[in-house]
Amino acid sequence: MPDADRFTFSDLPPLSLDCDFWTLRRVDEMSESFAVRKNVALPHASCTDRGAMATVYAGGGYGYAATGDLSPSGLASALERAAELARATAKYALFDSRTLPRPAPRGEYASPSVGSPMRSRRECYELLMRESRAAPTDPRIVDWEASLAVINATHRLITSEGGDIVQRYRFLFPHMSVTAHADGDTQSRTLYGDRGICQQGGEEILERFGFAGSMRRLADEALELVAAPNCPSGTMDVLLLPDQMILQIHESIGHPLELDRILGDERNFAGTSFVTPDMFGTYRYGSELLNVTFDPTRGEELASYGWDDEGRAAERVHLIRNGILERPLGGATSQVRAGLPGTSNARADNWNRPPIDRMANLNLEAGDATLAEMIAGIEHGVMMETNCSWSIDDSRNKFQFGCERGRLIENGKLGAVVKNPNYRGISASFWRSLKRVGNESTVRVLGSPHCGKGEPSQVIRVGHASPACVFSDVAVFGGEDA
Amino acid sequence: MNAPRDIAAAPALMEAYFHDLAAILDRALVAGEAYMAWFSAEASDFVRMNHGKVRQPGTVSQRYLEIELIKDKRHASHRVSLTGNLDDDREALHSIVAALRGIVPDMDEDPHLLVATDVVPTRSVRGEPLPPAEAIIDSVVGAASGLDLVGIYAGGPIHRGFANAFGQRNWHEATTFNLQWSLYHRDDKAVKSTLSGFAWDERSLVSKMNEARAQLAHVAMPARTLDPGKYRAYLTPAAMEEIAGLLCWGGFSARALETKQSSLSRMREGARLDQRVTIAEATADGVAPAFQGEGFVRPQRVALVENGELVGSLVSPRTAREFSLAANGANGGEGPESLAIDGGTLDAGEALAALDTGLFVGNLHYLNYSDRPACRMTGMTRFATFWVENGRVVAPVNVLRFDDTIYRILGSNLEALTKQTELILESGTYFERALASMRLPGALVSEIEFTL
Repeated sequence: MPDADRFTFSDLPPLSLDCDFWTLRRVDEMSESFAVRKNVALPHASCTDRGAMATVYAGGGYGYAATGDLSPSGLASALERAAELARATAKYALFDSRTLPRPAPRGEYASPSVGSPMRSRRECYELLMRESRAAPTDPRIVDWEASLAVINATHRLITSEGGDIVQRYRFLFPHMSVTAHADGDTQSRTLYGDRGICQQGGEEILERFGFAGSMRRLADEALELVAAPNCPSGTMDVLLLPDQMILQIHESIGHPLELDRILGDERNFAGTSFVTPDMFGTYRYGSELLNVTFDPTRGEELASYGWDDEGRAAERVHLIRNGILERPLGGATSQVRAGLPGTSNARADNWNRPPIDRMANLNLEAGDATLAEMIAGIEHGVMMETNCSWSIDDSRNKFQFGCERGRLIENGKLGAVVKNPNYRGISASFWRSLKRVGNESTVRVLGSPHCGKGEPSQVIRVGHASPACVFSDVAVFGGEDA
Repeated sequence: MNAPRDIAAAPALMEAYFHDLAAILDRALVAGEAYMAWFSAEASDFVRMNHGKVRQPGTVSQRYLEIELIKDKRHASHRVSLTGNLDDDREALHSIVAALRGIVPDMDEDPHLLVATDVVPTRSVRGEPLPPAEAIIDSVVGAASGLDLVGIYAGGPIHRGFANAFGQRNWHEATTFNLQWSLYHRDDKAVKSTLSGFAWDERSLVSKMNEARAQLAHVAMPARTLDPGKYRAYLTPAAMEEIAGLLCWGGFSARALETKQSSLSRMREGARLDQRVTIAEATADGVAPAFQGEGFVRPQRVALVENGELVGSLVSPRTAREFSLAANGANGGEGPESLAIDGGTLDAGEALAALDTGLFVGNLHYLNYSDRPACRMTGMTRFATFWVENGRVVAPVNVLRFDDTIYRILGSNLEALTKQTELILESGTYFERALASMRLPGALVSEIEFTL
């Protein structure tokens, strides 16, 4: 059983598939997880996950078959099975697969510093234990944890048209959290949210986010929060830091722009979209300050790649320019179905799921304001950081978000820390209230390894880079006792 | 469409294959070592549909084994995908044990390690062969003729197994299907339906489809937009599933309760639900395995809330060690897999009459906590949600956001629970097809706060 990057056509037995087009997508992923909770090293966990997805277009139908049997006969069997399915369901096919592109990409992609050395297993535990022990001995600190996960992956896609691409990745997921409890209340702080730090690369990621030394600060902030008053209620300006902006972008721009949602595929599960095909090119999604790009080419960002899982080359494109909606997030299949331009975003979360339209890297482009200038420009508002709650309707319109930490802003100056800062709004109008966009100095490249969607369901890795942003006249409120 | 060959062979051979894997591990150990192994496999048909046609048909055959090697209170684990070819898999397992053997001595002794040494074998096989997916899709597409149907059929055998070095073997096999679909009128106005179980029943499909078709008439009426405010509401079992699902997110976890991170922590400080609320992890009534990932056998029922008071929690072996509690069959995540809320006295057929005037909430969507310690939650209405006057449906309602606490919804504002409870099989397909369920009543609530 050769590794994915050494796997070739010649490994397959002679095929006699009666089909128009086929692909084999093989995924090899090796992961390792380290964690220290309350100064106790959790057991080391690792995983080897290998398998292949065969996709076949035949007679106008489409079929897939996934298998962990990577022997030549196992792969051939999967292709035959997919072809059977394609032919058997062609009479009910939602679209004619003969109209779809038949790509033949060739080339390689690699994460930044993919082969660079990483610290040893023992050194990983030493780092995490140092951080864990930095949490103060205070009876109000009730739980804390530092962890690091590393995934090395090789994805291989071959197509019947002669396509053959190899993509090698290394993903890092450092995480830290502290929980404080006092007087019946519990408050937590995390390092940029739940796995908000997630990038491609190596050791430099830990440096980039100041991982070492963060536990003490987070613990102090958790203690500060548990003694803080609730966020006030009212209509006011909000200054959202990047570790909240990523959820705002994800839920109320990313998902509604997914073309398969617009085409109705997700209506039974993840939901539909308030965006309709006629909006592209004319619809004012946000203020003139809003510029959003789909960018799978930003090396360190979590969902960067050379080609998507249908073999379309990665390309940076604007989805929203100066507030006007330009194009949806749709891969080659959805583009044909909708007759709209799209993006290279047909992605699958593993070998056992088929590609569907996903976000990859979805970024809000930087503006010109420093953080200090944004604060100085707010007469009455709240600065919110680090998402901890998210909810939005199935058309991706009415949303509500909660953050770990807030700070009041009065007359252009930062004031007291407040807990349970929440806000709600409607996507279709919220982005039009965008009134300041932070410059490059405020940008953080974050993401999420947990984006769920699809039937059967998939959890995929997405990247989001965003500056801090100010929105005006937002409905803000606090916790239950406010 | 013929059944995939691996799928066709799986039910008869998978258990023997699992025992072969365990035997390989038994022979791979050296003195002083022990192991635990969790086997998870499925051979699934997935057929995705949209606009009454087939969007993506496929099959997935997957087998995983997670091996935990233990020596001198030190341990490490490795999860591996398997090929199904025993010679290849034997080689992989030997490599993994050798690799773990190199890691374990470097680990600290784990003060929270708890190993099941009592040998308690179990075996459960449920379900019967399903018709080929092609035949099922013929039926579904035919029954939905002329309708805008979107959804998924997922079916086939699911296998779970546990083995350890002490000779324990547990086997759980269920051949299930889950057909979930929505019939759309327009935009976001739809009726959602589910047909699931262990044996395909053509008549049930026709009956459920006709029922959904009839409800479409209600959805097609002009929609009403309600202002934010407090509304009397009836929550169907499907809506209750979303609320219960959020509570399962750490709410009943012993570790979360001990570290004050549970959304129900205040129930240990005097907060309570209505005295008619009784909640349990009822493994005997569900579809989840009767054993957990480290080989501890689950009690038939673990009481969580009785008469409105929190009386128990789900305790994993690790939490048991950490907080000196008794383990009670929970997995590491300490989430319920067979949650049951007892029924009440309201006849479900009288729910609309009892509601009189208010919101009939057919489904909820995307819940999260807006204040976790206060167990205040927010989420959206979805699908068949109607405004009811004098016990009659008068209009579908445009989506509304609620934001309220569990202590009001199932506490001070609870008027009644339905006598009848509904067994809802978990339809989740993240990573693998879920083997979990809930048994839930509907709930009549005097008022719920809607905010947007």
